[in-house]
Amino acid sequence: MIAKRTIPLFIAALVGVLMIATYFVPYTEKWGADAMEMFIILAAAAMVLGAGNLLLLNLSKISNRQPGWGYAGITLTAFFVTLIIGLFKIGAMPTSSAATNAWTAPVVQEGSPFWWIYKYGLVPLTATMFAMLAFYIASAAFRAFRAKNVEATLLLGTAFIVLLGQVYAGVWLTDFLPTLESYVAGFPAASQEFVLAVGMQVKAGVPLTDVVVGGVAYANMVGEHHALAIETNNYIGGWWYQLLNGLRLENLTQVILDVPQKAGNRAIMIGIALGIVSTSLKVILGVDRSYLGSAD
Amino acid sequence: MGMTGMKYAVGLLLAAVLAWTTQSFAADITLAPPTDVSVEDVPDDIGTQMLVMWSTSPSEAALVAGKRALAGYAIFRRVAETGDGLESIGEQATGASEIGFPANFDFQAEQPIGSVSYGRTRFVDENVEAGSTYLYAVAATGPGDTFSPLAVAGFAVTAQMEYFNVGKLWFLIIMLMISLVIIGFVWYAKQGGEIKVRPIAGLEAVSEAVGRATEMGKPVLFVPGILDINDIQTVAGITVLANVAKTAAQYDAQLKVPTARSLVMTTARETVEAAYLGEGRPDAYNEDNIYYLTDEQFGYTAGVQGVMVREEPAACFYMGAFYAESLILAETANSIGAIQVAGTAMPSQLPFFVAACDYTLIGEEFFAASAYLSNDPEQLGSLKGQDIGKIIAAALLVLGCLIATLAVTLDTWRGWQIAELYIKDNILGTEGLVPNEEKVKIIDANIAVELESLAQQPHGGGDGS
Amino acid sequence: MLNLLRNLDRRLIFLIMGLAVAIPVLMRFEPPSEVTMMDQNVFDAVQDLPDGSRVLLSFDFDPGSQGELLPMAMSFTRHLAEKKHKIYFMCLWPLGEPFIEDAMKLLQEEYPHLKYGTDYVSFGYKPGGEAVIKNIIVDWKQLFITDSRKQDLKEIPMTMKLKSAKSMDLLISISAGDPGTKQWIQYAATPAKLPMVSGCTGVQAPLFYPYIPDPLSGLLAAIKGAAGYEKIMSEHYPDLKTPAFVKSRFSSTAAQQRMGPQFVAHLLMVALILLGNVIFFIDRSQGNA
Repeated sequence: MIAKRTIPLFIAALVGVLMIATYFVPYTEKWGADAMEMFIILAAAAMVLGAGNLLLLNLSKISNRQPGWGYAGITLTAFFVTLIIGLFKIGAMPTSSAATNAWTAPVVQEGSPFWWIYKYGLVPLTATMFAMLAFYIASAAFRAFRAKNVEATLLLGTAFIVLLGQVYAGVWLTDFLPTLESYVAGFPAASQEFVLAVGMQVKAGVPLTDVVVGGVAYANMVGEHHALAIETNNYIGGWWYQLLNGLRLENLTQVILDVPQKAGNRAIMIGIALGIVSTSLKVILGVDRSYLGSAD
Repeated sequence: MGMTGMKYAVGLLLAAVLAWTTQSFAADITLAPPTDVSVEDVPDDIGTQMLVMWSTSPSEAALVAGKRALAGYAIFRRVAETGDGLESIGEQATGASEIGFPANFDFQAEQPIGSVSYGRTRFVDENVEAGSTYLYAVAATGPGDTFSPLAVAGFAVTAQMEYFNVGKLWFLIIMLMISLVIIGFVWYAKQGGEIKVRPIAGLEAVSEAVGRATEMGKPVLFVPGILDINDIQTVAGITVLANVAKTAAQYDAQLKVPTARSLVMTTARETVEAAYLGEGRPDAYNEDNIYYLTDEQFGYTAGVQGVMVREEPAACFYMGAFYAESLILAETANSIGAIQVAGTAMPSQLPFFVAACDYTLIGEEFFAASAYLSNDPEQLGSLKGQDIGKIIAAALLVLGCLIATLAVTLDTWRGWQIAELYIKDNILGTEGLVPNEEKVKIIDANIAVELESLAQQPHGGGDGS
Repeated sequence: MLNLLRNLDRRLIFLIMGLAVAIPVLMRFEPPSEVTMMDQNVFDAVQDLPDGSRVLLSFDFDPGSQGELLPMAMSFTRHLAEKKHKIYFMCLWPLGEPFIEDAMKLLQEEYPHLKYGTDYVSFGYKPGGEAVIKNIIVDWKQLFITDSRKQDLKEIPMTMKLKSAKSMDLLISISAGDPGTKQWIQYAATPAKLPMVSGCTGVQAPLFYPYIPDPLSGLLAAIKGAAGYEKIMSEHYPDLKTPAFVKSRFSSTAAQQRMGPQFVAHLLMVALILLGNVIFFIDRSQGNA
């Protein structure tokens, strides 16, 4: 009973407190890193358990001729072939300093059989599985994205804006709304560079008095340049341009990502962080012992 | 012989040209040393780091034949001897009899302890021992092993080990505050205090889902996420598994738990076995129903999809950490008509679960699940403590935003400026308990300038010109 | 017709989506790419570093995400090579190491004057996730004794004096999940105040917006970010627009080419959502009638 309950609880509490201490006490930083390494070693050792379980399960499927036992055969074949080729580095060229020892070869050496399994087996399979997401998103969108209530409608509207704003379609659809480039194009060729330079600074939030173009500060600008600078500042900084330019889908997308999305995400993250603190505290203090396998 | 001779001659010619150009380059420019070299012990560490700072050399922007004259900076170091002879007792001015750099410093013989590119003004020496005193000097370097004269720091500095990271003191205070609140409510609940928890639809649906599976004679599928047991979401998922297993034992439903990690498989087996034993149904427990598939994310996903399509579970639970596979699993289960309950603290996957599943536990609802399902007073108490923690966080947020807004709008009110600085640098930063004196002086200077400019403005209306 | 749409077989939707992606790829449809402020910030973070700065480039992704992330990984590699920065490659995902090999192959083919050990080095994969980051921030050589080619770090010019990751001038994480950008932010960029930029998958990008501009100075989000970065690179380094680079094994416009299928797929998604809602509203009005 002590071995099954008390010692694991003690280890959990000790390591938990140690990991907290490493954050505040510089001297214990290394202990925390060592504790993490212990976990890595444990997890690696546990892989043997997992592999053993995989073998047992699939072998029993084959021996009992359960439905789908052929797939179990394929699983075991793939498992052993990959294991043997990778473990013994079959077909890989060893390093020149130990030419007779195959185990000195790099793990994924181009041209080796293991590399071949990775490149032409694992990569296409993994990429295919990930690519399936596109299909599932399409079917989920058709099935589930319905404007059932106000919140769902808002969600849909946001989805449209962001979907279109992320591709050229968004730019094309709202191309009639003004941009800095379209404003600059309305000036004679000789003035365009100057207007663009002023416009970019105003767009970036630089006050007119701090604008510098070609080494010349606003205070030292004269004549046409002075007038152009004021005109550009008034237009680009004005509410009408800001509103219309902001309604361009690509800009609206960025506003959505920068403001409501960020705020919502932060709120969720704060909630999750508090949940993590609470759950971790319960585990460290031994209040939550479900991971030990009992409700006690 | 002729070819070899030719090659030799060409090689000699190239070497001569290289030597001449390097010499010419070196002869054309004398690099100026950097200025204001200072050193400080990096705070809040174990005394193994020193920060060397300087201002860039006047030769920083110089060009010779169109190429940058200054390539970077080299840092040199002297260590003070202890015991017989010199004593290192902290900061002290250099003198001829103490550690120092000779006037005719031999750059070729000495190896710098580090070098940085042009434009850089700081270097952290990480090969330092706590308790030792060091003196640093910096020289500008150019192509062809050219060096400026050494710029030596004003005094030597001793590396100190800190026993506590003072910069994180506020973090510790807030962490203790929240932890004490949680512990306090756990104790309160243990003493018999009443804790009310709002109904969580996803958790109310657990027994409904398991009951449905029993009626249809189909299994229940529980997916505990794809991360290992060291992730807190997996721990929370295993806790929910305990309750789902208990319900499955009560209803005599078959429970299948494919896992992506061996340690999770082991833990899940223990949990489910204990749940079945607790319900008096040890005969119904089958450890082969809890099995390991693979660590590989999409290999695991394909395996679980196969289980869904072949065995057609009537209820699917996704409780843990998920990534891209979340939608794949949810859509596949949807295609077989299963009732789905999901819970995860991965914000990126929540939208997919919300769209595709019947019930979703969002973020901390998932962490509340263990308390909710078990109805254990201690766990319910921790829930309440968590909520109070959220209220504290929200109050601090509102207070911080208010102070920051007032600091911007009332920029001549010293109190708000100092308060904003304290929140940003001390509470949310790493400056510790006391505000940085230099920054306070800057605030005072700015306020003085602002007040002066306000005083100089004409009173009453102007003509607006 | 309405009944057909109401009970539309999901396999038909899959087929339409497949065509929506395949046809633009086969027709080489490539709409213009837009450069955002975020893309520019990432570019500036690398461009403004003094030549020869030390940059840690972590490839934290696997073949599943290579469609989105490999183009930006190669763009980063090219940019760092153009600026002659010292590149320290590593990865926290076991399947990420072959991508480092691909990046080094790119350097050998396109920048043969750069030498392994002096201009770039690879540490390969190390298991442990955030434990690796926590260790290398304190003491690099405690965890890494050799590079990925089993050479002693004390014998490699770039790593002889390397004490910890704190001596890096910039940290770049190309991340598909965990461990990745979040862990680099939590355990490296924030405590050690390291400048950092990142490239990530589209689904992860919203999670990192709260970290911008500090400690993350810029973020390339998904293939769109990669396309924007490639566009800025082509403008600054016009050689990258030449057929030699465009048609190379790791094309300098790979991300921009992939914007074509993305364009059509997004339009399809919008159409499907609209269609679904039309059916929903018709059903609702018929139900109410």
